[in-house]
Amino acid sequence: MATSSRIKKYYLYYTGAFLAFIGALAVLENHGMPPRWIGYSFLFFTIFMYAAIGVMSRTSDVSEYYVAGRRIPAFFNGMATGADWMSAASFIGLAGTLYLSGFQGLAYVIGWTGGFVLVALLLAPYLRRFGEYTIPDFLGARYGGNAIRLVAVAAAILASFVYVVAQIYGVGVITSRFVSLQFEIGVFVGLAGILVCSFLGGMRAVTWTQVAQYLVLIVAYATPVAILSWNVTGNPVPQLVYGQVLGNVKQLEEKIFAQPAEEQVRNLYRERANLYAEKIMQLPQSLSLEREQLSREINRLKASDSQMKDIVALERQRRDLPQDPEQARVRWEKAMAVAGERAKPPTHHSEAFPATDPDERRAQQINFLALIFCLTVGTASLPHLLMRYYTTPTVREARESVFWALLFILLLYITAPAYAVFAKHEVLSHLVEIPITDLPGWVAAWSKVGMVNIEDINRDGIMQFAELSLNPDVIVLATPEIAGMPYVVSGLVAAGALAAALSTADGLLLTITGALSHDVYFRIFRPQSSTQLRLVISKSLLLVVAVLAASVAAQKPGTILSMVAWAFSIAASAFFPALVLGIFWRRANQQGALAGMLMGISVAIYYILRLEADNIPWLGLNNLALEPWFHVQSTSAGVFGVASGFLTIIVVSLLTAPPGRNSEDFLNRLRHTSKPGANAID
Amino acid sequence: MTEGYWKKTRQLTIVLLIIWLIVTFVLSWFAPWLNQWQFLGFPLGFYMAAQGSLFLYLLMIWIYNRRMRQLDDEFGINDE
Repeated sequence: MATSSRIKKYYLYYTGAFLAFIGALAVLENHGMPPRWIGYSFLFFTIFMYAAIGVMSRTSDVSEYYVAGRRIPAFFNGMATGADWMSAASFIGLAGTLYLSGFQGLAYVIGWTGGFVLVALLLAPYLRRFGEYTIPDFLGARYGGNAIRLVAVAAAILASFVYVVAQIYGVGVITSRFVSLQFEIGVFVGLAGILVCSFLGGMRAVTWTQVAQYLVLIVAYATPVAILSWNVTGNPVPQLVYGQVLGNVKQLEEKIFAQPAEEQVRNLYRERANLYAEKIMQLPQSLSLEREQLSREINRLKASDSQMKDIVALERQRRDLPQDPEQARVRWEKAMAVAGERAKPPTHHSEAFPATDPDERRAQQINFLALIFCLTVGTASLPHLLMRYYTTPTVREARESVFWALLFILLLYITAPAYAVFAKHEVLSHLVEIPITDLPGWVAAWSKVGMVNIEDINRDGIMQFAELSLNPDVIVLATPEIAGMPYVVSGLVAAGALAAALSTADGLLLTITGALSHDVYFRIFRPQSSTQLRLVISKSLLLVVAVLAASVAAQKPGTILSMVAWAFSIAASAFFPALVLGIFWRRANQQGALAGMLMGISVAIYYILRLEADNIPWLGLNNLALEPWFHVQSTSAGVFGVASGFLTIIVVSLLTAPPGRNSEDFLNRLRHTSKPGANAID
Repeated sequence: MTEGYWKKTRQLTIVLLIIWLIVTFVLSWFAPWLNQWQFLGFPLGFYMAAQGSLFLYLLMIWIYNRRMRQLDDEFGINDE
């Protein structure tokens, strides 16, 4: 424990240095340091710190490289888990989702924290007592055979790769927005930040860097909303007082939603949606008609002596028309959906399941629970998180570290809903019913980059609530400006978001390369290879996977956020039934687990594909769209995947021979039982 | 000698899992009904989803760890 207190001292110094750094920048900003330089300072100072920790904990020992030598005390493992777990999506996206969907968004808060109870009760102590290197290791040892190991490796890579691409993409967004680096360059700067840790020191370096990153991200997340809370309520603890602000929001909502102007705006949007519906119905004539109309208008303007810039604008409009009816259909359907969304009657922020139609209400209720289910079970199945429980010295510390992890994670998740409520309060009290020319500066600044969109559809020169649309990411990123804080706070938020993205990417990369180098290369192909060679293989794979992920991220894949939600469902369907039954049900055998994992993954992917893709041209498949089962959306495909996984393992295991001697010994060691079959229920 | 250890561990796990299911799913399902009461200025259903359940999760893990430490001592289990 002497080392633990020494480490605590180091991180105390580190936190002090970081706070002093922020203070120094604040003073410099006062003396006229330009914002861009503040952004650069944050970017390079934090990445330099992470790199320094990475270099200091470099290692060439296999156990250090894969599981940090199993020497991480519970408290710090909890902190590292926090940073490992909270990704760019939690840091930037969650508060925005909560702003847009109110109570419905709380499914993420419950799901991403509730899963840790499952980790604590069902998995962490047993994984630690098993004490090897990866999750496929565990399944391979329990069920025996290389087939299950390969399936596990494939599932781990599938879930983790999508996730790591999303993190690197997040790094690109943050660096391009705050230090105005080009997106692609930002991606590769971020990549460098990730590699300095994981390449040199594997799990050991990543762990100690994640502890440092947790400290940065939690300070960055808590500061702006605390200041905003102080400004609005006079109390700097937003988590305590936002209940009252929520009450004010409700009163403002009741007043504003009933305004005639709001109703007028919603009707205008409904008309627009209907217009698009009509145009889509009348394709392809409607498209050529529109082109003719524009041409006629241009000719008329050219004949009269109107201004050149009007003509140019119309010509651009004509040029921007969809090229062919197919493209027109896609584009207009999207525009119709946007308009239809804005035409909907607004809902109260705190109201649960607000639909008025009982059927729709039931669907909201089911989807809320289904999403919670997938996120909790997915949390307890993501290999990069479960891996962390191999790194503690004892089983007892593994258990304790889940407690610390949840505590550190909870600090962010109880703050996110406060962000959303304060932002809504700000919008309703300082933006709505204000002349558009008098809107606060942050609105214009974020409109320029397309994160805020205001359309004065009823042309009264005043902003209505229904005329405003916000990109979810803007809530956290713009809060410092909303509260009128100096730029140094914005830079801090960017550094926090960067820490969240980098730390998660580090953990994911290690999981992917661990699965490839340890499970595939060492366990299956070359069990006799030297430890030195294993490390060389592992490090080279790390480079390849990292560059691959960065190249994919640099393409700016559009559907990356929903892909992350699917990763949860896929991981849950693949791993959860096999892991839990493997520990708690003696009778589960190799055939059952193999069939169950394949079934779970297939059902989840099948459901996602059938709901999301109507056509897959390169496979020649058409009209795939499926009516959702029990109203469940594709992001919660894991409900069916997990259920079918459990069912398949149970049925197939019972139909085939009981597992052999090795599984018996394995379970006896895991449970501290000596005689097999001593418990009647087993 | 250590047979009772697994039995008690499993019992504890099941009890806590049932509580977890109730907190996570039953409370969420009845959130609109809970919203008729106020807590710290929040509608109760909203509070439970945004903070209350989270604290209960933390408490559950704390109870599990405490009880498991006792069981470890009782049965002389000492890993590593």
